[in-house]
Amino acid sequence: MKSLQRRHVLRVMAAASALLATGIAPGALAQDRTSVKIGYAISKTGPNAGGAGITTLPNYQLWVKDVNDAGGLELPDGRKLPIEVIEYDDRSASEELVRAVERLATQDEADFILAPWGTGFNLAAAPLFDRYGYPQLAVSSVTDKAPDFVKRWKRSFWMLGGGHDYAGALAGLIKKAAADGTLNTKVAMISVADGFGIDLVTAARPAFAEAGIELVYDKTYPVGTSDFTPMINEAKASGADSFVAFSYPPDTFALTQQSQVADFNPKLLYLGVGTGFPVYGKNNGDNATGIMSLGGIDPANEANAAYRKRHEEVTGQGPDYWGSVITYASLQMLQEAIKRKGLDREAVSAELSAGTFQTVLGETKMEDNQLRTLWWTGQWQNGQFVGIAPADRAGASQPILPRQAWKK
Amino acid sequence: MTARTLLGLLVAGLVLAALAALPLFAGPYAVTLMIGMTGYVVLATAWGLFSGPTRYVSLATVAFFGIGAYTVGVFSETLPYPLVLLVAALIGLAVALVVGLSTLRLAGVYFVIFTFGLAELIRQLVTWYEVNVTGTLGRYIFLPVTPEGIYWQLLALAAATFLFSWGIGRTRWGLALKVIGDDEVVASHCGIDITRLKLALFAVSAVIITLVGAIQAPRWTYIEPSIAFNPTISFLTLIMALLGGADRLWGPLLGAIPLFLLFEWLSANFPNHYPIILGLVFIAIVFLLPKGVLAAVESRLRKGGAR
Repeated sequence: MKSLQRRHVLRVMAAASALLATGIAPGALAQDRTSVKIGYAISKTGPNAGGAGITTLPNYQLWVKDVNDAGGLELPDGRKLPIEVIEYDDRSASEELVRAVERLATQDEADFILAPWGTGFNLAAAPLFDRYGYPQLAVSSVTDKAPDFVKRWKRSFWMLGGGHDYAGALAGLIKKAAADGTLNTKVAMISVADGFGIDLVTAARPAFAEAGIELVYDKTYPVGTSDFTPMINEAKASGADSFVAFSYPPDTFALTQQSQVADFNPKLLYLGVGTGFPVYGKNNGDNATGIMSLGGIDPANEANAAYRKRHEEVTGQGPDYWGSVITYASLQMLQEAIKRKGLDREAVSAELSAGTFQTVLGETKMEDNQLRTLWWTGQWQNGQFVGIAPADRAGASQPILPRQAWKK
Repeated sequence: MTARTLLGLLVAGLVLAALAALPLFAGPYAVTLMIGMTGYVVLATAWGLFSGPTRYVSLATVAFFGIGAYTVGVFSETLPYPLVLLVAALIGLAVALVVGLSTLRLAGVYFVIFTFGLAELIRQLVTWYEVNVTGTLGRYIFLPVTPEGIYWQLLALAAATFLFSWGIGRTRWGLALKVIGDDEVVASHCGIDITRLKLALFAVSAVIITLVGAIQAPRWTYIEPSIAFNPTISFLTLIMALLGGADRLWGPLLGAIPLFLLFEWLSANFPNHYPIILGLVFIAIVFLLPKGVLAAVESRLRKGGAR
């Protein structure tokens, strides 16, 4: 209630000063600004809250704190303005999200709007970001259609790659290991029957076929499955050296436990979302070593290491090893683009698209409005989840194959 | 009586025209609000159309809503838009007939549980189909429909729903429905074909709900089962209709508008406490206004008049 009144008063004041400014001193309005409004709508409740609460929201909060502790967002003329946050909960419903973004754009008149969490939600919001001229830095959305989206929505940026990238990298990895004689060319694969699993598995089947890999076991399971023993036993009996699961976090944790119980020791073990959570490494300790998944980091990158430490200090939880650091980097890009171009959204979008930025990822640059310098495959090594593919990228670690058997 | 009816229709027509003209002078956020509100008004009224007189509490709203949204997702690329809506309505009708035939003999809590399960069943069927047959889960909807266009379609659907609801109240069927609601045994002894009547009403209500889903879907650009079959829609529709009074023509409207505005205000100002407040509102409605606002007002008036 209080903030509503204050916002109301502020708006009236802004309108009054605008009237005065046009009469007396044109351009005086910009001087009167006391903050930069950054708005976002994110799933704080509902089924998407888990993912949003790990990858996206903590990074938004961390960034706002970092910027405001440093005196605010810097503008081209050297002034610093603090960030005023407007936060809404979309309650994991598309219709709520659409309304919240519309509210941010037209009622709150936010200077910039941060992207929501999830592929579907970024797509639901994209037409609105486009209509109102906001740049959209969509991080937590894995999609192969990014090149099409970029054509449709010129100010949209897609920063986590697509299913083909991840599946292709994995296929390449297995192919190479098979050529070295470390693995046989047989793969057992399971996947969750939901967005992520389906995207990845439809990309993986042709990628494996092309790499000459034989898919000896290929099953999907419904969301919420908790007993994987039958699948593990069949995969064990299939004779495949590699076991791939495009799974969701609860499944990833269950698969890890149940594979240990069943004494299932594939030479290559690749699990889905959740493997990159810090708690995964903590829970499994030494046993995590050798397990592969999507994402990863360059352990030698000091900026990233400092970021991870600060993230844990400020938000009380570690960042995940996949989307978190990219989310933070996307915000740093926005911050830097504002410093270069001011609060003109059109100019900031153009700068994001064309400029080169120094972020926690190192030197970062968009290609066709997409971030393409990513770790497609990572592996737990020495208590860290490090990037192993693309192998020719600077900072890539050597894959450990075959992975060690479970220690009990 | 006819003069009064004509006057009523005239007023309703004028209100409708005023509402339709709203986007011409109000901002985009007002249109967004009106889309959400009109959507829920139609959902609640369509829900009340069946559940009000028969007192069958249905939680299948989102099953049909999702069918509508998904049909648009599947056919938006291949068929012209009006045809897509028609196909959606037909699929909704077909599902309603199958479901109605097999379940409307259930009563009470069994029906509630069944309808809740139905939404989940359809969602899982869609998921299974997409996983095993098409190999994609999300579907893109790139239709050149503006928010104003969506609003006008919903408004037209609202008008049609009210007209139907009002019309049926003055026919023999309306009377028959009231009897069914009061006592099914008596109704069947009067020679009313209970099952057929319930089935017809269930089907009409379901088709309207399907169309709401179909009309709103282009706003989301991308749908997947978890987006299209969000159970909250069923619960919100139910509570809105109950607040207003499901067995009256204007009841669901009077429930949907204040609740929608309340939810909007809450999510704008108390984003972090929304679910708690929502739960309290539900409890308050059930305890304080079990028969709805309209019934409460009427009984208050009647008491006042008797004194």
